[in-house]
Amino acid sequence: MMDWFEIALVILLITTAVGVIRVKTLISAVLILACYSFLMAVVWAQLGAVDVAFVEAVVGAGLSTVLFLLTLFRARAKDTQLRRTPTPLVALLGLPLLGFVLLYAIAPLYPDGQDGQPLRPASTHVADAYLQESYKATKTPNVVTAVLMDYRAFDTLIETGVIFTAGIACALLLRSHSE
Amino acid sequence: MIEAHDSLIVRSAGKLLIPLSQLFALYVLFFGQYGPGGGFAGGVILGTSFLLAVLVLGPQAPPCRLAHQLEHGDGIGLMIFVGVGGLCLIGGGTFLDYSNLQIPGWNDEERRSLGIVLTQIGVAADIAVTALSIVFSLGQHHSQEASHE
Amino acid sequence: MSEHIQAALERPSLIAFVVLFLCGFFVMTTNSNMIKKLIGIYLLQTSVLLLLVTIGVKQNAASVPILTEKHIESPETIAPAAYVNPLPHVLTLTAIVVQVATLGVSLALVAAIYRKYGSLDENEVLQRIE
Repeated sequence: MMDWFEIALVILLITTAVGVIRVKTLISAVLILACYSFLMAVVWAQLGAVDVAFVEAVVGAGLSTVLFLLTLFRARAKDTQLRRTPTPLVALLGLPLLGFVLLYAIAPLYPDGQDGQPLRPASTHVADAYLQESYKATKTPNVVTAVLMDYRAFDTLIETGVIFTAGIACALLLRSHSE
Repeated sequence: MIEAHDSLIVRSAGKLLIPLSQLFALYVLFFGQYGPGGGFAGGVILGTSFLLAVLVLGPQAPPCRLAHQLEHGDGIGLMIFVGVGGLCLIGGGTFLDYSNLQIPGWNDEERRSLGIVLTQIGVAADIAVTALSIVFSLGQHHSQEASHE
Repeated sequence: MSEHIQAALERPSLIAFVVLFLCGFFVMTTNSNMIKKLIGIYLLQTSVLLLLVTIGVKQNAASVPILTEKHIESPETIAPAAYVNPLPHVLTLTAIVVQVATLGVSLALVAAIYRKYGSLDENEVLQRIE
């Protein structure tokens, strides 16, 4: 009966996110964001996505915190104190409306059929074929790696190109060539 | 300006932890086929181990010379990935269809398994070098500002 | 419509997705500090990835998508209902790494703006441009 565990994790996650919003200095917000990333990795591991939890714990809680802190260390101290501006009325009225629209929009993605499985659009066409055929075709027990690097190798190729472009863009923006 | 850390405890602990984390990164990379892990996590752990070496031991220490020479080699990972695809083209099939890698005596599944390992090495190299390069870009101007004043 | 919403409310992760999406959206649109906006974008992105992973979960305690030895010996006996759907995990992995790459570029942009105009607050930067 793992439901109580999932409910407790979700409550912790929402509390941490509200803490990120309400805290007054930027460095505290960044460190609470690292804690939020770790909690998100635990939620993903509990939902059965171990590869995703691994990568999020390394990338989200490790590398993005380092990037935020490196940018914050250049700013003077007075720029990182946040002023509490009054929330506009449009936000207070419009956000619950947006929440209802989101709930209505995602409901068909997760229908509860008689036995649940065949109605879900994400599981109907190709995912069962990946689970059944991938060991015969590629001899790798980890199905996620086999799908990522063999069946969907073009996505990974273009994503590697995106990472390369991001590194070049940072170098162009910040390094001066006065040597 | 990034300098070596003052405390002896931090430096000694760093000297123990950095090779251990690099070994763990290689383990995660090569065992991505049999358990969770793979190219992305292994690449980021490898990049952060070099970054830890620069932050703890200072940028001029001998283990960090490799980091400074690597930071301009962003495109190596992408070239490895596209190179594997090109080898598949040379072997007579379509781009990135690993069953056409011309290795004598292996059947289709083993060739695909080898292709997956090679592309994971390419992705890990790309992410490691780009993480190091972004961190050096973000941290560099600080030293230039300090030297201008 | 209400039974759809009731079915969605049974899974706690979907409530978490809606609440975190609203939190991230609120932070991104109403704060004037640029780095706080980037934190809001980060919250928004991770909430959408939570939705992606949740729609792959199967109901009766399905296991992690790594094939066990029993199924490696005889690949015909794999029942797809015993393993979690691997396809959303693939898309999520790509999205996480692209998220950190765009975070690096946006932080480089914020650092360049700070170097030129001397402030992290967007209203002050807009005043100093004129």
